[in-house]
Amino acid sequence: MTTEITYLEAIREALFEEMARDENVFCLGEDIGAFGGAFKVTEGLLAKYGEARVIDTPISEIGIVGAAAGAAHMGMRPVVEMQFIDFIANAYDILTNYVATARYRAFLPCPMVVRGPSGGYVRGGPFHSQNPEAGFIHTPGLKVVYPSTAEDAKGLMKAAIRDDDCVLFFEHKYLYRRIKGVMPAGDHVVPIGKARVAREGTDVSIITYAAATWKALEAAEQLQAEDGLSVEVIDLRTLAPLDDEAIVATVKKTNRVLVLHEDTRTGGIAGEITARISETCFEWLDAPVLRVTAHDIPLPYAPQLEDFVLPQTPDVVRAVRRLAAY
Amino acid sequence: MAARASSIARRVKDAVTGGGARPSDALSREAKLELYYWMRLTRTLEERLVALYRQTKVVGGLFRSLGQEADAVGSCFALERRDVMSPLIRNLGSMLVKGATPVEVLKQYMAKGDSPTRGRELNIHFGDVGDPATTRGFLGQISPLGDMVPVMAGVTLSFKMRGEDRVGLVYVGDGATSTGAFHEGINFAAVQRCPLVVVIENNHYAYSTPTEKQTLAKQFIDKAIGYGIPGYQADGNDVLATYDATKQAVDAARRGEGTQLVELLTYRRKGHAEHDNQSYVPAGEIERWAAENDPIDRYVARLTTELGFDASELAAVDDRVRAEVDAATDEAEASGFPEALDALVGVYADPPRERPLWFREGVEGAVAPSERAADGWGVFKADAKTESRVSQEDA
Repeated sequence: MTTEITYLEAIREALFEEMARDENVFCLGEDIGAFGGAFKVTEGLLAKYGEARVIDTPISEIGIVGAAAGAAHMGMRPVVEMQFIDFIANAYDILTNYVATARYRAFLPCPMVVRGPSGGYVRGGPFHSQNPEAGFIHTPGLKVVYPSTAEDAKGLMKAAIRDDDCVLFFEHKYLYRRIKGVMPAGDHVVPIGKARVAREGTDVSIITYAAATWKALEAAEQLQAEDGLSVEVIDLRTLAPLDDEAIVATVKKTNRVLVLHEDTRTGGIAGEITARISETCFEWLDAPVLRVTAHDIPLPYAPQLEDFVLPQTPDVVRAVRRLAAY
Repeated sequence: MAARASSIARRVKDAVTGGGARPSDALSREAKLELYYWMRLTRTLEERLVALYRQTKVVGGLFRSLGQEADAVGSCFALERRDVMSPLIRNLGSMLVKGATPVEVLKQYMAKGDSPTRGRELNIHFGDVGDPATTRGFLGQISPLGDMVPVMAGVTLSFKMRGEDRVGLVYVGDGATSTGAFHEGINFAAVQRCPLVVVIENNHYAYSTPTEKQTLAKQFIDKAIGYGIPGYQADGNDVLATYDATKQAVDAARRGEGTQLVELLTYRRKGHAEHDNQSYVPAGEIERWAAENDPIDRYVARLTTELGFDASELAAVDDRVRAEVDAATDEAEASGFPEALDALVGVYADPPRERPLWFREGVEGAVAPSERAADGWGVFKADAKTESRVSQEDA
């Protein structure tokens, strides 16, 4: 059987399989039970696993994340849904001050997943389109995962649930029903911390993740056809810990790097990647590292405004041409 | 709905006014003397910490629970060993009751390498939780107030999910009740019927802020009605009354009656920490509480007059406590400080990874981490505490 399933269905499949595999795995979040979640990721879980393991919670991000941490200390493996990842800001204190430090300061295991729909391109406006990963990447103790394919969505979700630390699992809502994949047979687990070469190339590297990976691939096709440029695309998959080896390997291979992300520019992870490259690979560079990111603007609603603020394929094409010509 | 609200209100009232047999009536003579031991140990250990603080052997701040020993000891005495408790900064007494040792506390305050957190955390921020057969069941707190309430909601949710006969107890102060985390945690626990007891220690001050600037509520048990849970209130400076109220709440939670709220009325006689001169406290207030409402004096009077204890029995407890604190002090002082490189390990469960490429190929070559650690952070070199630490190590 080679049935394709969507990115969203892949995540759901991971949840079903992990709940079957380990009775300590349980889900909690707002409207995740009978309603199946705002995007229906958890649809069917309640019917199969019951109210004790699929918990509809009050509107209460601190309460949900805190409760997950407490249960995780006692050997459970909670999977928290943020209805939209934007709302994780409510739980920022307990995630950064409590969860992230639990093991280091108190030797407390905190095996939990906080997952939720992230990202823009869906006309969701300022509170249903954010990419808040940068704040958490900056916090030692948390792991951050952000897949771009259906196969990775499933394999990384299974790895996140089995991980002995707290994993923030960002799901791109633009990809939920647009991207499909064929799941590898058997227990499909993708290791956290390993990047993926999404496209091989020799002239310029684009380092990216999540929905922007597809913009990069689109740009690479266009650049190949119109300019004869061979563009390599690195899909990071995990943002913390970063796959340093993969980044260095592509820098040494193409000597020209573009870092692309949908998150805003200032303080975004592209700055960190750029700094690491300049510290260690300066002599391998034939051009300055460039960044294509969103503008430093809250994400607006109107298509004309959102399209302008978020990075688009022509932005990537332009930047790669500049790098190639340097 | 009106009927439900009024029945909760009545339960609150019953708990306040008492009536019927008190749980403390069932305590043995030994248990009643044990309560005195824990209170005396709390106070003596803190007095020892004051001396060490003045000798600059305490690395950070010192937080006293003077005047609150009864509320800490009596409430925690209502728990079983298998239960889990999350303390506040002024719950040294609760931690001792739950099994923390004086030497652990001293080593924490002195930032020793073999302290419970190996020098990573301060004062009584340490825990021991996990398998009830091997751990003592207290959770390391954090400083942002209220956060332990949702965490304990989750701890007790796990008890419920696994059908374990265990209860959780979380302490908050009057200040923490103003936080969102307090509300979200207690509401979550209440809705899920978690076996959680939330103890609000109303000691009149949150740092320098008096309770009337914290809330317009007349009393904190009134909040129980808002969450649809029972509330209990007791004189926090009467160790038996404190035990009685908490025991009722703990028993109800253990019977499966869900989340419970306890308010203990007490008074913080020292500042937020030793550096705080309490200039904001009205003249005479502290002296009045010390003279008229000291929890240990009150219990001593009750033990000797009403409960038939001999003064020599109490003196024997005092001697035992002094000897234990002396021995713990000697052991803590003899312990070494942590190795600087230990700071690098244990952020994640994964074994420490190979040093990141960025350090290996990049800037690291200039100064090896071990050299930097040996050199210390130069800016603090003139600091008196660091000097004393060095001379102590030399000795």
